[in-house]
Amino acid sequence: METILSLNNLTKRFGKVTAVDNLSFSIEKGNVYGILGPNGSGKSTTLGMVLNVVNKTSGDFKWFNGKLSTHEALKKVGAIIEHPNFYPYMTAEQNLALVCKIKGTNRDKIHEKLEIVGLLDRKDSKFKTFSLGMKQRLAIASALLNDPEILILDEPTNGLDPQGIHQIREIIRKIAAGGTTILLASHLLDEVEKVCSHVVIIRKGVKLYSGPVDEIINSHGFFELKASDMQRLEELLKDHPKIGKITDKEGLLTAFLDDPMDAEEINRYLFEKGLSLSYLIKRRESLEEQFLQLTNQTSSN
Amino acid sequence: MLRLLEIEYNKLRYSRSARILIITYFILITFIALIASIEFNIGTIEFRVADQGIFNFPYIWHFNSYIAAILKLFLAIVIVSMMSNEYSNRTIKQNLIDGLSKKEFILSKFLTVLVFSGISTIFLFIVSLILGYSFSDFTEFSIVFSDLEYLLAYFIKLTGFFAFCMFLGILVKRSAFALGFLIVWFIFEGILYAVLNFKVFKGTDIATNIMQFFPLESMSNLVVEPFSRLNAVQTAATQIGGELTKDYGIHWYQLLIVIVWTIIFIYSSLVLLRKRDL
Repeated sequence: METILSLNNLTKRFGKVTAVDNLSFSIEKGNVYGILGPNGSGKSTTLGMVLNVVNKTSGDFKWFNGKLSTHEALKKVGAIIEHPNFYPYMTAEQNLALVCKIKGTNRDKIHEKLEIVGLLDRKDSKFKTFSLGMKQRLAIASALLNDPEILILDEPTNGLDPQGIHQIREIIRKIAAGGTTILLASHLLDEVEKVCSHVVIIRKGVKLYSGPVDEIINSHGFFELKASDMQRLEELLKDHPKIGKITDKEGLLTAFLDDPMDAEEINRYLFEKGLSLSYLIKRRESLEEQFLQLTNQTSSN
Repeated sequence: MLRLLEIEYNKLRYSRSARILIITYFILITFIALIASIEFNIGTIEFRVADQGIFNFPYIWHFNSYIAAILKLFLAIVIVSMMSNEYSNRTIKQNLIDGLSKKEFILSKFLTVLVFSGISTIFLFIVSLILGYSFSDFTEFSIVFSDLEYLLAYFIKLTGFFAFCMFLGILVKRSAFALGFLIVWFIFEGILYAVLNFKVFKGTDIATNIMQFFPLESMSNLVVEPFSRLNAVQTAATQIGGELTKDYGIHWYQLLIVIVWTIIFIYSSLVLLRKRDL
């Protein structure tokens, strides 16, 4: 697989504060990555460093295996950081034409990209007359102008209304379906869960996890169970070797698994002990639950 | 290089305020011609400025480059705001993300400064040539094209001044404050000169010798005021009994000082941009 970007012990300190701490991960072509972390966890700083606007303190990053200098590599990248920055007195089309000049690409893609984000009818309006949602869409159009190898989006739905969020997500999904590599920084879990195949979780600048979305924590899932005799149910579950923690939640018992086991097995076990269930379901944690579990684990350590 | 200029041209040409200031600047340079029509009467003496020989070759090169240099403030506003607006609109960040290197960014601005100075100089050359041929008493080729070093000094002076503005725009990041800083610096040099000249080194040339190395002072030294060179003023001075022996020439070391400042300003701008997190 082709590596587009690799970070090697990248570190950024602002005075005494370490915003990004020895971060290493790599981005492979064709995947959709999410960088997930609470506000202030160093997501934007990390992106800022690889995008040449924030100076690194130590460590290293390489675009396209180091074949190109950073600013040459950035011509093959499309990126939006935080909020859209354009010249307010220029129209959408003039702004995009300027980006074409900087990236050294042809201007004939402008209309096509404006069409994708639904701004073609506003191409002659000045940027300062745009709403936040439109500005954000123009930024996406601008990032797409060079048909980038990778699209980097930092909080693309921040501050938008539900409709705007929906539009942006649709656009991202469409682009991802076209096979473009995407790196999406967000603190919104459902956003990452909906679009990304891989995720990097950082907290206070430290990487907690990186890998596929569905393998975040070493979890075998959990059962939710209900029976007429809840006390007996709890006792029986405690005796089972594969079951770890048990919690009681609004009349439902939640039993976490220490070892893999399917629902059939637990059902048979309980039935053999003379207890029949009125409710049984096996689930895995949602990304949100996993994320909270992961961030809490490390904060209690 | 052409690409960098095109980028900068695109940024400037849609900005209405920049367009108005640039046009005003060039129109005002042509208005130097209007000085010709100034007339006033002192008692019975009718005084016409045009008759005083200000448009005589080669004096006109000196006179016009001095007057036109005053107007550089208009372009200074354009340059300061073209730097600081990149910060306030955060477009500098986007430019870098889009693949412009920091060096290219500074280079594109400096090339613009060179173009502004170059066009101003060519424009001044044409305006002065036309004015001179209309009013000058001498139009021999050898006289017309003598003393052209004033135009070179004018070009260097503008470039140095605009490089200073560029640096201030990057340093302060706000156009109003950057222009304010420019004025404060101007006053600072003035006060420093006064203190050195009238207090510390009273009665010697040391103050002038030190001050010639300061940026604004070195730029203003390039083209000294031309008025005391006029015949009328000279005559008046002799009548009073004083004699004006001023050095109106342009010296290579004066040019060098300003060129060195230009390099310092451009290089510091780059260093500043490299060091800063955006």
